[in-house]
Amino acid sequence: MNYLIGAFKPSCNISITFSDGKSRKQVPIKKENGHTVMVPLFQSQENIAGKISIEPIQGKKVDHNGVKVELLGQIEMYFDRGNFYDFTSLVRELDVPGDIYEKKSYPFEFSTVEMPYETYNGANVRLRYVLKVTISRGYAGSIVEYQDFVVRNYSPLPSINNSIKMEVGIEDCLHIEFEYNKSKYHLKDVIIGKIYFLLVRIKLKNMDLEIRRRESTGSGANTHVETETLAKFELMDGAPVRGESIPIRLFLSPYELTPTYRNINNKFSVKYYLNLVLVDEEDRRYFKQQEITIYRLQEETS
Amino acid sequence: MMLDGMEDEDKWLAEGIAGIQHNAFYMHRALDANNLREVLKYSAQMLSELRTSKLSPHKYYELYMRAFDELKKLEMFFKDESRHGVSVVDLYELVQHAGNILPRLYLLCTVGSVYIKSKEAPAKDVLKDLVEMCLGVQHPIRGLFLRSYLAQVSRDKLPDIGSEYEGDADTVMDAVEFVLQNFTEMNKLWVRLQLQGPGRLREKLEKERSELRDLVGKNLHVLSQIEGVDLEMYKDTVLPRVLEQIVNCKDELAQYYLMDCIIQVFPDEYHLQTLETLLSACPQLQPTVDIKTVLSQLMDRLSNYAVSSTDVLPEFLQVEAFAKLSSAIGRVIEAQVDMPIVGAISLYVSLLTFTLRVHPDRLDYVDQVLGACVKKLSGKPKLEDNRAKKQVVALLSAPLDKYNDIVMALMLSNYPRVMDHLDNETNKVMAIVIIQSIMKNNTCISTADQVEVLFELIKGLMKDLDGTAVDELDEEDFKEEQNSVARLLHMLYNDDPEEMLKIICTMKKNIMDGGSKRLPFTVPPLIFSALRLIRRLQGQDGDVAGEEVPATPKRIFQILNQTIEALSTVPTPELALRLYLQCAEAANDCDLEPVAYEFFTQAFVLYEEEVADSKAQVTAIHLIIGTLQRMNVFGVENRDTLTHKATGYSAKLLKKPDQCRAVYACSHLFWVDDQDGIKDGERVLLCLKRALRIASAAQQMSNVTRGSSGPVTLYVEILNKYLYFFEKGNPQITSAAIQGLLELITTEMQSDSAAPNTVSDAFFASTQRYIQFQKQKGGVMSEKYDSVKV
Repeated sequence: MNYLIGAFKPSCNISITFSDGKSRKQVPIKKENGHTVMVPLFQSQENIAGKISIEPIQGKKVDHNGVKVELLGQIEMYFDRGNFYDFTSLVRELDVPGDIYEKKSYPFEFSTVEMPYETYNGANVRLRYVLKVTISRGYAGSIVEYQDFVVRNYSPLPSINNSIKMEVGIEDCLHIEFEYNKSKYHLKDVIIGKIYFLLVRIKLKNMDLEIRRRESTGSGANTHVETETLAKFELMDGAPVRGESIPIRLFLSPYELTPTYRNINNKFSVKYYLNLVLVDEEDRRYFKQQEITIYRLQEETS
Repeated sequence: MMLDGMEDEDKWLAEGIAGIQHNAFYMHRALDANNLREVLKYSAQMLSELRTSKLSPHKYYELYMRAFDELKKLEMFFKDESRHGVSVVDLYELVQHAGNILPRLYLLCTVGSVYIKSKEAPAKDVLKDLVEMCLGVQHPIRGLFLRSYLAQVSRDKLPDIGSEYEGDADTVMDAVEFVLQNFTEMNKLWVRLQLQGPGRLREKLEKERSELRDLVGKNLHVLSQIEGVDLEMYKDTVLPRVLEQIVNCKDELAQYYLMDCIIQVFPDEYHLQTLETLLSACPQLQPTVDIKTVLSQLMDRLSNYAVSSTDVLPEFLQVEAFAKLSSAIGRVIEAQVDMPIVGAISLYVSLLTFTLRVHPDRLDYVDQVLGACVKKLSGKPKLEDNRAKKQVVALLSAPLDKYNDIVMALMLSNYPRVMDHLDNETNKVMAIVIIQSIMKNNTCISTADQVEVLFELIKGLMKDLDGTAVDELDEEDFKEEQNSVARLLHMLYNDDPEEMLKIICTMKKNIMDGGSKRLPFTVPPLIFSALRLIRRLQGQDGDVAGEEVPATPKRIFQILNQTIEALSTVPTPELALRLYLQCAEAANDCDLEPVAYEFFTQAFVLYEEEVADSKAQVTAIHLIIGTLQRMNVFGVENRDTLTHKATGYSAKLLKKPDQCRAVYACSHLFWVDDQDGIKDGERVLLCLKRALRIASAAQQMSNVTRGSSGPVTLYVEILNKYLYFFEKGNPQITSAAIQGLLELITTEMQSDSAAPNTVSDAFFASTQRYIQFQKQKGGVMSEKYDSVKV
C-alpha cells in the first residue's frame, strides 16, 4: 500500500504511546513475520488514550492533508488474506491539512470503547485491534503507522455451571460413566472428574483426555471447520477392570486456550471440546466428545 | 521363540537403562543450572522409560531402581526452593502438567513428599491425593512399582503418633487409611497380573508374579510399623480392612501370601486378641489356598508367644484361643471340600502342637483334637496316602513326645480311634513309636485298664490283623517288633499285687491271642513278670492265708503253667523247658513242693518228648541239673525221682564227652553245699567214677577212630570236681583217689598216642599249680592236701 514510502526514506517517525503505557499490562502477540512483541492489553469499555508524536526527519517537512488516528477492530480470514473486515472503526482527526516541521504531539482519546470481541489468532481467522495513524498526503501516498493492542474481556463466574455427567458404552463391550466437574471452565481452571468403568470386555491400553479446539469460519456453504488438538493428557495407563474409578485432574493453564467464541460477528466461532479417548490393545480408539465452555475470568492479581 | 524373548528382554532393558542414563545426564545438567523447566522436561523423559511393557517384573525392577536413584536427586532439588524459586504448592501443580501419566505420577509423588515435608498442607491431604491419583495407572507392573515408590517416599512422612507430621488435622487414622488404600490398590493390581496371562505362559507368569509379592506385603509391614496402630485400631480398622481385601481378591497366591504376611508382621498379642476375626477369614479363602500352612504358622507363633512368658497365658484362656482355633479349623475343613485328607490332618497336627504347648494341662483339648480328627476320618476307607499316614503318626506321636508319658495317651478316648484309621503298616509304626516312648521315659503302666488300652493301641503288633499278607512280613522286622513288645511287657507293673495280677491276666489274655509266631517273644517277659510278682508275694504268703486273696502264688503258678503250655503249640521246647525250670525254682522258693514237682515233670516230659537235638539236649540237661541242684523243697522221694531221672538222662546223651560232663555235673545233685543241704558223698563218688569211666571210654573211642587219644581235658575237668568235693570235705573223696587221677592224667599225657594240646596242658598245669598252692598255703587245707603228690 505504501510502496512509495519504501522507495524513499520515510520522511518522518510516528510513535504512538499510551497514556498509561508504563503501568498497563503488556502481553505478547505474534506478528505475521513470526516475531513476538509485547503490546498493551485492554478490555472493552476502557478508555484508550495516548499521544501520537510525529517527528519529521531532520530538515524535512511533512506536508499533509490531515492527520487522523483510527481505532480498528478487524477480522481477517486467511482464505481472504489481506482483506480486513472492520467491525469496529473509530476515527479521531488530529490535525487539519498543513505542514509539520518539527516534532509534534497529538493527544488522543477514545473513551469507553466498545470492544466486544477478543483479540484472537486462529488457524483460519484472526481478530485484531489496532490503532492506525494516517498522515494523508495527496501525491506521495499516506504515511501510516499501526499500533497493535490486545483486547481481552473478562466474564463473571457463570451463575449456572453444571457438571457434565454421562454414561456411554458399546453394548456388552465397554460401559463407562464419566464426569467432569463443570461445563464451564476458565482459562486457568482445573478439570476435575472421574471415569468409572461399569463394564470392560476389551483390553484397553490407555485412556487420554484431549482438549480440542474447533474453529469454524464463514457461514452457510462456505463454512470451514478446523479442529486442533491442543492437549493430549494421558489419564490412564493399562487396562482397568470393572469397578475401577480413574481420577481426572487436568490443569488448563499450560495450554494456549482462548475463551469460547460463539459466532463472532457472524464470521467465526471457536469452541472447545473435551475428548475422552480410550485405546485398546489393537489401537482401536473409542471416544466421546463433550463441549465445554471456556471463559476468561478476571485475574485477581494484575 | 522363548529364547529370543529372553535375549530381547535383555536388549530392551539395556535400551531402557540407556534411555534413563541419557535423560538423567541432561537432568543433572539442568539440576546444576537450577533450571526447573529443563529439569522437569528431562526427568519426565527419563521416567518415560518406565512406560515400557516389554520387561518381566524382574527386569523392570532393575529399570525402576535406576530411575529411583535419580528421583532421589530430583527430590533434593525440589526440596530447595532457593534453587528453583517455585513454591512447593506451585511445584505440585506444575508437575501435573506432564502429559504422560506415569512420569507425571512419579514426579507428583516426589514433589508430594517434599510437600508434606514442607508442612504447607496437611500430610493427610497430600497423601490422600497421591494415593487417589495413582489410580490412573492400571497396568499391574507399572502400577505396582509406582505405588511402591509412593509407599517408599511416604514411609517416613506418615502422620503417625509422635511423628512430626501428626497434627490436629492429621491423625494416625489418616496414615492408616493411606497405607490401607495403597495396599488395597496394590493387591488388586497384583491379583490382576494373574488374570492377564495366557494359559501356556501361566507357570512363568506365576513365578514372575510371585517375585512382586513383597511389593504388596511391604504395605502390611509399614502398617505394623506405625506406632499409632494399637490393638484397638488394629482390631477395628486395620485387620478387617486387610482381611476384606484378602478375601475379596479371590486369588490363591495373594491370599496365601497375605495371610502369612499378616501373621508374620503383626505382634502375637494382636493376633491373640483378634483371633476370631482372623480365623473367620480362613474359611472364606479360595479352596486351593494352602490354609494349613497359614494356620500352622499362626499357631506356631501363638504357641511360641505363650511359651515366651507365663504372663500371657491368662490371655489365651480369656480369648478362648483353643476353642476358636479348633472351630476355625473345623470350618476351614468343611469349607474346603477338596482339601486332601493330609491337609486336614496336618491342620490337626498343628492344632495339637499348639494346645500341647499352650495348654499342657488340658488333656481334654488333646482328646478333642483327636476326636475331630476321627470325625474327619470316619466313613472313609483306611488311609492310602503316605503323607497322610505320616501326618497321623505325627498327630499321635505329639502327645507322647510332649508328656513323655503314655499314660496320658491312654486316657485319651479318641486315641485308639484315630489309630483305627491307619492301615496295618502304619499302625505298627505307630505302635513302635508308642513303645519307644514308653521305653525312653521308663513309663510304668500300672493299671489293668491302661494295659488293656495300651494293647488295643499296639494291637498291630500283638496279633495278626486282617488283610496282612503273611509273606510281606520281613522276618527281621518281625523280630524287631516283637522284641519291642517284649520290652514293653516289662514296663507293665504295679506295686499292688492284686492290680499286678490283673495286669498279668490282661497281658496273658492278649498274648495268647497273638498267635504262635509271637508267643516265643511275648511269653518269656510275661512269665518273668509273673515270677517277679510271685517273689514279692513269697514272704507274705503266711499272713494272708485264709483270706479271699486272688493274688496267691499258687494261683499265679496256675496261670504260668497254662501260659507255658501254650508254647508247646509253637513249638519251642527249649524255651518252654527253661521257663518251666524258672517257674520250678520260683515254686521252690515259695515252698510249694507239688507245684515245683509239676514244673519239673513238665520239663522232663518236654525233654523226653520234644528236645531231640543233641546239642539242645546237652544244654537242657545242664539247665535241669543246675536248677534241680538248687531245689530244696522236695522231699526225699521226689528228689530221688528227679535226680535219678536227671542222671539217667545225662548218661544217655549222645556224645561221650557230653555224657561225661553231664554225669560229673550230676554229682552236684547229691552234694548241696548248704547248711542242711543233702550231702550224699557216696553217690557223688559214684557219679564221678562213672564220669571217669565214660572219659576213658571216650579216650579209647578216640584212639580207635582217630588214632590219637585226644586231649585229657575231660580228665582234668573230673580232677577239678574231685578237688572241689575234696575241699568240701566229702569223706568219699580221698587224697589217694586224687593222687591216682593225677597219675592217670600224667600217664595219658606222656603216652605215645597223646596229641599235644595246649589248652588241656595248660588246664592241667594250672590245676597242678592250684594243688601246689593249697599245699603250701598252710592251715587245715594244706594238711588235707599233704598226702597229695604232684
